[in-house]
Amino acid sequence: MADKHKIIGKSERRVDAWGKVTGRAKFAEDYTVGHQLWGMVLRAKFPHAKILSVDISQAASLPGVEAVLTAKDIPGSKTFGIVLKNQAILAEDRVRYLGDGVALVAAASKEIAERAISLIVVEYEPLPVVSDPEEAMKPGALVIHDEKNEFVHHKVRKGDIEKGFAEADFVIERRFKTQFIEHSYIEPECVVAELAEQGGVKITGSVQNLFSSRRSVADALKISLNRVQIIQATLGGSFGGKDEVMTSMCCRAALLAMKTGKPVKMVNTREESMLESYKRHPYVMYYKWGARKDGTITAMEIRCIADGGAYSSMSPFVTWRSVVQATGPYYCENVKTDVYAAYTNNNYTGAMRGFGSPQVNFAIESMMDELAEHVGMTPLEIRLKNGFENYAVTATGQKLNHTVSLKQVLREAAQAIDFDRKWREYRGVKEGEKKRGVGIACSYRGVSLGAEGTDAAETIVSVQTDGSVIVSSGVTDMGQGAQTQMSQIAAEVLGISMDRIQFLNTNTSRVADSGPTVASRGTIMGGSAAKNAAEKVRATLLEVGAEMTGVEIIALDLADNYLIRKNSMERLASFGELTTACFNKGKPMIGLGWHKSPPTSWHEEEGTGEAYFTFVYGANAAEVEVDTGTGKVDVVDFVSVHDVGKAINRGMVIGQMCGGVAMGLGYGLLEDFEIEDAIPKQLNFDEYLIPTSMDVPRIKTIIVENEDPAGPFGAKSVGEPTNELAAPAIVNAIFNATGKRIYEIPATLERVLLGHKLSRSGKRGSEQKNSLDSMMVESCKNRGEKG
Amino acid sequence: MKSVFIRTTINGKTYELDVRPNMTLLDFLRDELGLTGTKRGCEVGECGACTVLMNGQAVNSCLILVPQIDGQEILTVEGLAEGEKLHPLQESFLDHDAVHCGFCTPGMLMSAKDLLDHTPSPSEEETRAAISGNLCRCSGYQQIVDAIRETEDVRSQKSK
Repeated sequence: MADKHKIIGKSERRVDAWGKVTGRAKFAEDYTVGHQLWGMVLRAKFPHAKILSVDISQAASLPGVEAVLTAKDIPGSKTFGIVLKNQAILAEDRVRYLGDGVALVAAASKEIAERAISLIVVEYEPLPVVSDPEEAMKPGALVIHDEKNEFVHHKVRKGDIEKGFAEADFVIERRFKTQFIEHSYIEPECVVAELAEQGGVKITGSVQNLFSSRRSVADALKISLNRVQIIQATLGGSFGGKDEVMTSMCCRAALLAMKTGKPVKMVNTREESMLESYKRHPYVMYYKWGARKDGTITAMEIRCIADGGAYSSMSPFVTWRSVVQATGPYYCENVKTDVYAAYTNNNYTGAMRGFGSPQVNFAIESMMDELAEHVGMTPLEIRLKNGFENYAVTATGQKLNHTVSLKQVLREAAQAIDFDRKWREYRGVKEGEKKRGVGIACSYRGVSLGAEGTDAAETIVSVQTDGSVIVSSGVTDMGQGAQTQMSQIAAEVLGISMDRIQFLNTNTSRVADSGPTVASRGTIMGGSAAKNAAEKVRATLLEVGAEMTGVEIIALDLADNYLIRKNSMERLASFGELTTACFNKGKPMIGLGWHKSPPTSWHEEEGTGEAYFTFVYGANAAEVEVDTGTGKVDVVDFVSVHDVGKAINRGMVIGQMCGGVAMGLGYGLLEDFEIEDAIPKQLNFDEYLIPTSMDVPRIKTIIVENEDPAGPFGAKSVGEPTNELAAPAIVNAIFNATGKRIYEIPATLERVLLGHKLSRSGKRGSEQKNSLDSMMVESCKNRGEKG
Repeated sequence: MKSVFIRTTINGKTYELDVRPNMTLLDFLRDELGLTGTKRGCEVGECGACTVLMNGQAVNSCLILVPQIDGQEILTVEGLAEGEKLHPLQESFLDHDAVHCGFCTPGMLMSAKDLLDHTPSPSEEETRAAISGNLCRCSGYQQIVDAIRETEDVRSQKSK
């Protein structure tokens, strides 16, 4: 089996990496267009306030200023949104969070734009803020949008929980809490908008989901989709984060370009980026499990509340994944799960790698360890007892008809870290300055969008007359390597080497709307479409090859850049000769590949359905060292095991695993985007700390491959599953070391040492507070108002 | 603001020009010279995406004002390869899949070059310390550490 493929499964160099090591790659901010103007945003002064008036007269008359726009100047739709269209491109009568834009400026230079922004006078009537989603859901709470603050309620129902709890020998009831997380892509947001020659606009930018941004720009400008061309610049990381925040930036730059008739560039500083961009949802999770003494789970009752922030964004989808996966990959006949999302005046929350799973996995995997404690089993034993096997039926009533490798990945992870032995040994240690612990966590994860929406994608394979190939796709590369794996798939099918392939960045006017590149669907959707496209071209090439050589098609193959006779491997013509012949015969050498996912279903009222067409399985094991004097936790060893179906590129899969663990480590131990009374407290990397090379240990990666017919060459997905298990594995390891359980992440020094967080709030006159105050005073001054 | 005359060498090429004294080296490289390989990530010296070499030492170009480079030698990512021939570090980054989104890569390469120029055969710990000022959100650093430690020059040093 191992020799079956020439390119698939190999650690081929990435197609886009040469440009990135030489400095040649062009990220959005690297684009400069002649006579471009600087676009800038005036943001809200208060997180919640009525806008009484906006006076732009002084700003507009400043020399060098070419346009000052407010919501009134938007010709079409003033709001956008993938589900609920309630996000303002510019706030008109009310600001709902501190990142809201109120006015736009386009000026000849950055300095002039800054000055113009400071001359805009906005009169506000501040409103009380709602910053706690549980408070926001209570009757009588101040309503942030038109109706009530609760805007999502998803449920899953299975069996009868009353009966389940009656059958239980004991009940475990816990409350878990997670934090806001900043995506922390190292490249801040940027776009350049230009007028298109035949009307409309052309936008080049750091955009993850080009097609949804295009739709919103077209709606805002009131023009058709074909007059908005969005080209993806090489993207400096996204992790789900360059979606709505980019949509609003695209709309704003397009409005300024249309108004001024000139190209407009907009770049966020890091502070603007952190202030405005959406975050990972904080969840409050109430878990109640009934179980028997032998470890069998008889009932699960789960209630989660997600902080949606100021706008709906992706919350309906994020929370849907949570509701589907909230019970984990464990058998339970009686389930009642409710997941809610509520509006607050905090930063809005949306897609981030994991997409609603890291939160619930923290709760599920903590509960599993507590259950093990109750019944006297090891964390591994309890998972092996309750974990899904082939043909298991999930909480939503879906029968799993693929290889359910949960126990395989669990055993691999446990063995690699020597789990049971260490777990018993560390548990017995009573005293010590430094205490060790091991923890394990596992999950199952639905692949791609599932019943969230239409799931289809296009990839185009275009063979040139000299035998070189151009590939493009509606699926985008943000650094995860989508371009490379699609290229590998095309190269494998066409029997050519990777150096023949050039991949074009996504352009909305040149490929079909392929939906968003989210949900770890790049390989399974874009890759399947690439396979489909390359197979079409291959069929044509073989047909021409047969005519050229007189050999029957069935006896021909393409391999190592040659047309060959299948049995003898005899080289009949070079790939270039074959493609030239194909061109001369007037045959099409372009393959338009389209892939539509297998069907899924969801019954919102009943809370059941075939949620995803296939699932992936993963297990992580962590070893930590806890300093009992300070509460500091060092992760000293880590094992990441994932069944990816088939690794198209081993190096890239390992890269995803290491990167996912690092981000998960930040989630579990370090990162907390603190928002107090709807005011974010960290706006740059000096205070918002993400893991550095010194925080992340060497990670053992184990790739498990149970090929799945649903994906190209059996491949499924890897991007998100790698990010959803590190936090619970680490928290469980902390328990093994200290005997204390963490119910709220991140597990900071004070939570580990004292069991609660030391608040940075209040009027203690610290540097932090001073700088925040002065920032606020400064921004008031800038906005020409009395502080 | 009065401009300042500077004479400097950037990627082997000598420049003599008048500059605005309040301009950062980062802005100078990107906006004045068009050397956009050096990236802007945070502008407060935390992310390391703007790392360049000044007289062989890694510095955050967002924290250097242009007059400071008067008489100094600067190397950016664009100056690493010799023509079409990539620097061994660049080759190693390609081979180890140490490049994901690529935004931290130029800075990472420059920090790595500083390390290898001064510590030809670094330990894992030394390597991690050398790039601890360069944030990467994609890779978890492992492939970058491996790429640096297994660069051709380093390997030949080890075998000696």
